[in-house]
Amino acid sequence: MENLTSIAKTVRQDIVRMIASAGSGHPGGSLSGVEIAVALYFDIMNIDPKDVTKPDRDKFVLSKGHAAPLLYAVLGNRGYFDKAEFNNLRKFGAMLQGHPDMELVPGVEISTGSLGQGISAAVGMALAQKLDKSPARTFVLVGDGELEEGIVWEALMSAAHHKLDNFIVFVDYNGLQIDGRTEDVMNVGNIGAKFAAFDFDVIEVEDGNDLASVLAAARKACENKDGPTAVVCKTIKGKGVSFMEDKAGWHGKAPKEAETAQALAELEGR
Amino acid sequence: MAEMRTAYGQALVELGGENEDIVVLDADLSASTKTSMFREAFPHRHFNAGIAESNMMGMAAGLAASGKIPFASTFAMFGTARPYEVIRNLICHPNLNVKIACTHAGVTVGEDGATHQAIEDIAIMRALPNMRIYVPADAAQTTALVKKAAQEKGPTYIRMVRSACKDVYEEGEPALTKAADVLKEGAHISLFACGIMVEKALSAADALKEKGIEAEVINVAQIKPLDEEVLIASAKKTGAVICCEEHSVIGGLSSAVAELLAQKHPVKMAFVGIDDRFGQSGKPDELLKEYQLTEIAIESKAQSLLNK
Ligand SMILES: Cc1ncc(C[n+]2csc(CCOP(=O)(O)OP(=O)(O)O)c2C)c(N)n1
Ligand SMILES: [Mg+2]
Repeated sequence: MENLTSIAKTVRQDIVRMIASAGSGHPGGSLSGVEIAVALYFDIMNIDPKDVTKPDRDKFVLSKGHAAPLLYAVLGNRGYFDKAEFNNLRKFGAMLQGHPDMELVPGVEISTGSLGQGISAAVGMALAQKLDKSPARTFVLVGDGELEEGIVWEALMSAAHHKLDNFIVFVDYNGLQIDGRTEDVMNVGNIGAKFAAFDFDVIEVEDGNDLASVLAAARKACENKDGPTAVVCKTIKGKGVSFMEDKAGWHGKAPKEAETAQALAELEGR
Repeated sequence: MAEMRTAYGQALVELGGENEDIVVLDADLSASTKTSMFREAFPHRHFNAGIAESNMMGMAAGLAASGKIPFASTFAMFGTARPYEVIRNLICHPNLNVKIACTHAGVTVGEDGATHQAIEDIAIMRALPNMRIYVPADAAQTTALVKKAAQEKGPTYIRMVRSACKDVYEEGEPALTKAADVLKEGAHISLFACGIMVEKALSAADALKEKGIEAEVINVAQIKPLDEEVLIASAKKTGAVICCEEHSVIGGLSSAVAELLAQKHPVKMAFVGIDDRFGQSGKPDELLKEYQLTEIAIESKAQSLLNK
């Protein structure tokens, strides 16, 4: 647990550093999902960074592909590739493209970036795991704004229809999208109730930036043998950097030099 | 230098003041597309569909069927490819008065990479009957074409880029709404260009002149329907045509012109466009170079087409 906390800190600092060096990118939604991704990659998932195509591995899909720096930071720290790649984020010819590319990055299971598509592909992966009689699971991270896409609900319907108990959706419920608060832009309403109405088991996590709560919820989701599970995590967009927290303006903007220094210091606990 | 999208936002505000029927839709990108400017002026006539582009186009169709003049905006990728079948069956087939005005087209989107770089949008919009297509060359032309579109009936696709671009025109010039505007006359080769490639074609023509090649430069801001007369006349005059576009060579301006000339007046042709590849992350200038969307590429294709 202590170990995971320090990993989460490193992941946050790597996110800030890589976006700063790229000069563009999406810090807000990358920082809000840190505990979810760290819990999955460093505790819950059965994976092997040295054998990225291992049969029966668990899969993770970053459906909110703009949070690529989060996925890259977690994969790099988990040993999928050299962390030196972080410096090349979004640069011409880089492995780490603006949005995750499965043909370039070891550990990326599917290319994303267009919202709503990852979760749909994840249903296909969970179905394939069932066809292969694999004990593995497919985990998905979606944004709360992303839930506005119709294809998301088409995906949920099919996951429930096929009783995919290996399909676990984490919602990064940070209340913000680009144009402002989700409830003002296009209200998704009661997210937990909507998933429940789509025949998902729903676990609500009051503080989705608390590792212990996220871990407990993930473990519980893995025990569900009736069908798909949604873990709705209340999070703070920009979590850990005071001036980014809960600010729509930090959705897709890189910190400048002084801001980067302040962000890194805050994350260090100074 | 000025941004097409800021010109778009300003034009919307002007139009909104003149006509109560103008309504604007966006899909969670209003700060980028600049429809936020219209929202500030006319909050009750701006509808944010959220991240739901297919539904945005459906709503636009319903608004148009009810007598409104909707402008629906998002990035070119999410405003054309994502809701394509809705645009086909609910907007173009019934010939509804929906203006699809998208920003962030082409590889000059830059760092966001392939998933956000629409380089086949003209192709897919062009395949739809009833659809009119405008690709402005600069901010001034954007203003003129947005206003023109608001006056016309029927579906229209307006394609804009993210970055500020060099000015080709001055505000208010009558030539701004020409379907094909002869910017420079020349006898040896025709350069048909659209969007940000117009300014590059003009520079290439200057460079070619020093090598003794007189290039004619035509801004084809209206990709559909094409101004057949102007384009055929130029092809007849020069006997050699190069199409220049920040788009795939499949289905866009190059294809439109090739389809026309193959039937009415075949000449030697070459294409400066993206060669059946996806985009990638990088700075706009790096990408323009990688995909050979430069004045140097135009120049060298012109020389080899003329065997010089
Ligand atoms: C289909 C599609 N439409 C629009 C976008 C542009 N876009 C990128 S991120 C974003 C907002 C996402 O909000 P949310 O899902 O809540 O993500 P988070 O708050 O976790 O960053 C939008 C509209 C996109 N990437 N894909
Ligand atoms: Mg959100």
